[in-house]
Amino acid sequence: MNILVCISNVPDTTTRIKYSADMKAVDYSGVQWIINPWDELALTRAIELKEAHPALVQKITVITAGGADADPTLRKALACGADDAIRVDAAGGDSLFTATQLAHAVKGEPFDVILCGIESSDYNGSAVGGMLAELLDYNSVSAVSSLNLDGNSIKVTREIDGGKQSIETSAPVVLIVQKGIAINPRIPSMRGIMTARTKPLKVVAATAAAPGSKVVGYQAPPQKSACKMIDPENIDELVHLLHTEARVI
Amino acid sequence: MSVLVYIENRNGKFKKSTYELVSYGKRLANGLGGSVTLLSIGKVAEDELKNLGAYGAGTILSAETDVPLDDRAYASLIAAAAQNSGATLVVMAHNVTGKALAPRVAVRLNAGLVSAVNGLPVSYQPFVVSKKAFSGKSLMQAEITTDIKVITLSQNTAGIETFAGNAAVETMDASAVTSGITVLSTEVQTGKILLSEADVVVSGGRGMRSADNWEPLEELAGVLGAATACSRPVSDEGWRPHHEHVGQTGKVVAPNLYFALGISGAIQHLAGISSSKVIVAVNKDPEAPIFSAADYGIVGDLQTVLPKMTEAFRKFKSGN
Repeated sequence: MNILVCISNVPDTTTRIKYSADMKAVDYSGVQWIINPWDELALTRAIELKEAHPALVQKITVITAGGADADPTLRKALACGADDAIRVDAAGGDSLFTATQLAHAVKGEPFDVILCGIESSDYNGSAVGGMLAELLDYNSVSAVSSLNLDGNSIKVTREIDGGKQSIETSAPVVLIVQKGIAINPRIPSMRGIMTARTKPLKVVAATAAAPGSKVVGYQAPPQKSACKMIDPENIDELVHLLHTEARVI
Repeated sequence: MSVLVYIENRNGKFKKSTYELVSYGKRLANGLGGSVTLLSIGKVAEDELKNLGAYGAGTILSAETDVPLDDRAYASLIAAAAQNSGATLVVMAHNVTGKALAPRVAVRLNAGLVSAVNGLPVSYQPFVVSKKAFSGKSLMQAEITTDIKVITLSQNTAGIETFAGNAAVETMDASAVTSGITVLSTEVQTGKILLSEADVVVSGGRGMRSADNWEPLEELAGVLGAATACSRPVSDEGWRPHHEHVGQTGKVVAPNLYFALGISGAIQHLAGISSSKVIVAVNKDPEAPIFSAADYGIVGDLQTVLPKMTEAFRKFKSGN
């Protein structure tokens, strides 16, 4: 079984977002880039499964669509324990553009399980995983919070509206994963970092694809007014304010 | 320029969020100068469907099937309904189901998708919508450039409007639908208010000190009719289940009232609560970053403040 983990290269989640002067673009200068947190959990689970089932899971590949500036993030994924990496040389674009690039690189390749994080922490789109599944014409299961292998059977838990379900499916499948899939993200060891330098990182040329949407501009979110402090000896004041001022109770 | 809205039932019933979505679809259709068609998949009684007329539903396609939610199968039905009704805009809720289906529908229709849209479009021509980006740290405007467009609506951002009119229910054949997955078991949360739907959320952080201290928090939630939630360290420690984790990698919530109890307010937590209308924070550290995100704050020890809060809200509720 070969597992593919889709990686989005995103600004560190603690980054303060800055913009170009015309507010039409994000200013990425000085930004630290990381593996999207959900993708990092997906990769962690893939590594755990390979360790638990060495005879079953042959290879873990990571893939991203982006420019050469995404290579350090792929190297980090290799240092965590992925075996090889693919970068589709296609920067920018929306979810449809990105999914088309990934599908182009993956089509015909022998990946049995494709893992995607449920969203990226930059555009919060929750789109690429499902689009990739549709472009490849694979089954997909979304909101997956646990993944186990039982021979060739793939068992997952998914969140549904108002509960959760245990699901059985088979390869090839795209699993769109969320919180719970792994608990602590895998951190690269010193040995991992050393070996990552020599692991294969293949660059695939982009395919012609039209995006379905484009960013028009950005705004900073409205500033919150100052927090009103309330005496802990006078909780009735809080109740009163929530009722008469905020009108939420 | 017609609009197709995919509506989801739970055990044959619709929720408040569906009314918001239907009424949103009607307003979009008015803005585009067209009509709105709804698609319901699963088994829903005709009366329950017809009730949606009050929220602007015109034609309702009812695709009855026993096949449980299967991303590929359901997406193919939605895409077919869009094509048959000549829809140029497909609308879904930005919830677990909408996130699963909208991307597949978009590919099938060769459509651009913008998800988690806030309320009505900024403009219809060109079609520009507003949404949060960078987990609430930025607002973004995006234009969908394709002929057919797909959007998902962030819950609680459009509000509910009512309309005069009746809904006509039509049957859509779903007999050919098959599933590529097998559901082994389903576990439904019962007796509790769901976090994703709650108007009030009471959330605890590391300041709660241990898993054993949750009873007073649950008591407050009970008095307020609130859902319970927690911060990431709490779910990582196993004090509370993962589905209660609110924050960047957990759930994003948008209640009217959010209580952050013993939560310091790391930026990742704020990403999950920034859409709350009002935030109340209790923390023993007056410098805690949560106070810069909160509307009302109390500096104090939860052991003493929490029971007092419960009492004060109980008194208020019984007086109303």
